[in-house]
Amino acid sequence: MLTFLLKRSWIMLLTALCLTAIVFFLTNIYPNLEKLAKTQGNMRMTDEQVERWLGDRGYLRPMVSRYGEWLGVMPGWTNTDEDGKFTGRCVNPDDTPETASRFCGVLQGDFGMSTVFKEEVGAIIVKKMGLTGMLMLWVMIVMIPMALIVGVLAGMKEGSRTDRSLSTFAITTTATPEYVSGVIFVVIFSSSMVGLKWFKGSAASAMNEITFENFTLPVMTIALYGMGYIARMTRASMAEVMTAQYIRTARLKGVSFPKIVLKHALRNALIAPFTVIMLQFPYLLTGVVIVETLFNYKGFGWTLVQAASNNDIEMLMGASIIAVIFVLVTQLISDIGYVYLNPRIRVS
Amino acid sequence: MEQLGAGGIIAGILTQFVPVWIGMVVIFAISIATKRKTGLYGRLFDSPVGMIGFGLVIFWVLTAIFADLIALYDPLEQISGMKNKKPGWPVEGQEGMYYLLGGDALARDVFSRMVYGSLTVLKIAPTATLFAFMVGVTLGLPAGYFTGRLDDGLSFLANLVLAFPVILLFYLLVTPEIRSTGIPVYLAAVLFLFPIVFLVVLMQTKFSTQPGKMWFWLSIVLVLGLWAYSGLAFNRDPFGVFSMDPNLLNIFVSVVFVNSPTVFRIVRGLTMDIKTRDYVAAAQTRGEGPWYIMLWEILPNARGPLIVDFCLRIGYTTILLGTLGFFGLGVSPESPDWGMTINEGRKLLSIHPHPALPPALALMSLVLGLNLLADGLREQSLKD
Repeated sequence: MLTFLLKRSWIMLLTALCLTAIVFFLTNIYPNLEKLAKTQGNMRMTDEQVERWLGDRGYLRPMVSRYGEWLGVMPGWTNTDEDGKFTGRCVNPDDTPETASRFCGVLQGDFGMSTVFKEEVGAIIVKKMGLTGMLMLWVMIVMIPMALIVGVLAGMKEGSRTDRSLSTFAITTTATPEYVSGVIFVVIFSSSMVGLKWFKGSAASAMNEITFENFTLPVMTIALYGMGYIARMTRASMAEVMTAQYIRTARLKGVSFPKIVLKHALRNALIAPFTVIMLQFPYLLTGVVIVETLFNYKGFGWTLVQAASNNDIEMLMGASIIAVIFVLVTQLISDIGYVYLNPRIRVS
Repeated sequence: MEQLGAGGIIAGILTQFVPVWIGMVVIFAISIATKRKTGLYGRLFDSPVGMIGFGLVIFWVLTAIFADLIALYDPLEQISGMKNKKPGWPVEGQEGMYYLLGGDALARDVFSRMVYGSLTVLKIAPTATLFAFMVGVTLGLPAGYFTGRLDDGLSFLANLVLAFPVILLFYLLVTPEIRSTGIPVYLAAVLFLFPIVFLVVLMQTKFSTQPGKMWFWLSIVLVLGLWAYSGLAFNRDPFGVFSMDPNLLNIFVSVVFVNSPTVFRIVRGLTMDIKTRDYVAAAQTRGEGPWYIMLWEILPNARGPLIVDFCLRIGYTTILLGTLGFFGLGVSPESPDWGMTINEGRKLLSIHPHPALPPALALMSLVLGLNLLADGLREQSLKD
């Protein structure tokens, strides 16, 4: 087990390094830097002005060393201009060459400054992750029980009418991406056309206080799309378990059907969905980005979109680290959990 | 003229779709009449789920084909006075003409835009999926067959792409800035090579004992393939037949890039499973080469799950294209593609919901059709 974990951690580290390097490369190609300079400085800057703006802020040095600085394995750049003004990557406004720290990168816990939000990236991420965490939590609370119930009910008696209708429902939800269901929900539940006006079409107020009225639609939108897939996996796994020998034995012994389902089938049927639920997390991330944009909930996904459309390099790097760690850790948990739940499998 | 009521709108829409109804009746009649002779396709018509799915898909395919006949207006035509008008609103100065599903914020016909949107989606989604399959199959077969170092390396790359949040990848890859660096062209140059490699190896292994036939087919594949390659990837087709708008190429390449690692993993898994079968061992004993075994022994036996996944993946690609459009990264700002139209429509959603709903429902029904079709195919192929 320990060697397995070590090997996995090594691969995870390598993956994270590669991915951040790719993001760094793509955000730092010259046309993107030019865009950054123009949005931060002035839209009508000439090419020379852009060059000077970028040069002054250390953007034009070799990409490898700048990636090293961002990681914190290479000393940050410093520069003293003609007036004796001392600037640099790790230099605060009142620092002198002696007091400024040499390294400031991810390894030192410094994620840099966001150019769009004018704040520390680390602080933004912590704040936004809190908001998105709340959304995810409610999505999980709604989605997992719903998916498991639908899946178990459908898989209990394969081919029955319940199975047919629940399976069709599950397929329909997987065919309805968030931007479709979100739009339909808003039209039905909060527009003046249908006139129900049960919920709010915007979740902006949910950032301060979550209420049933402003949070239902975003949560339902994400939960519905994610639900179908888990439900179908649960159904398949349940249907398979129901054909097993020990279920037949239990039936022949005269155990009642609800008891068979709850005591004999359920535990074995839930192994496969567990993995699926864990692997579903990364897909939820895309859903979160869409829903946060649609309902104007300014969490992590919304921040990612803002950062990406303004080429906010440090913010994007920070966000991608978080996203990548998130994906990799869920993969790891799903693998380990699978082993613990299923005694037939052992990792060597 | 008066505004049409709900009945009038429905009647109007049904009439506009007449070419599609005729086409569907013909296709269904022929397919059901010959269903005992057409194998898996024919057996699809034994399952109600598969039939509904097939019906939905064929509906949109025919809509795309007959888009010019069905649509009442050009997708970009703006008629003054029709801005945000309700469904069934008569067009001023044109006797008997209506905006069946209303007008959008730029006074364009929502119905016609929805119809033309199907064309954009059905041009990109199936082809991009096909390309992703070519890449996934060409890499997944050797990875699963040889395993070892090759497998480790390719799997690492595949997991690398899969660990990327899709949305971030799109934001990084589909921008005008990236286009100006030429990265999409390099990506296309790599990804578009795979179909050619795949077909060349396919022909070479099949006819390796008949050099005459082999060279005949190889030359056809190479001439056609490289001709299309020069046009699609580099936009340098000497005859100007194959070409791709740089923006479209960017989207196409990104979608293929995102989809192929998943296909790779599926094919690799299937190969590892099938490789242990007796007929593979028999082929190995006969002294067949590894590529012959992969392409002519393993691949045909993996076709069931692959066909099912192909249908599902077209649906997923449609959703991806919609997502791209939703974030304003779509084909072109004016194009009627569904995701883009939803994005434009959502801004006024609570006051004028009608421009956003039709493309949303259209996209949903197409993806639902593909999912049901995949389900029907899976059910029928398991009956063997």
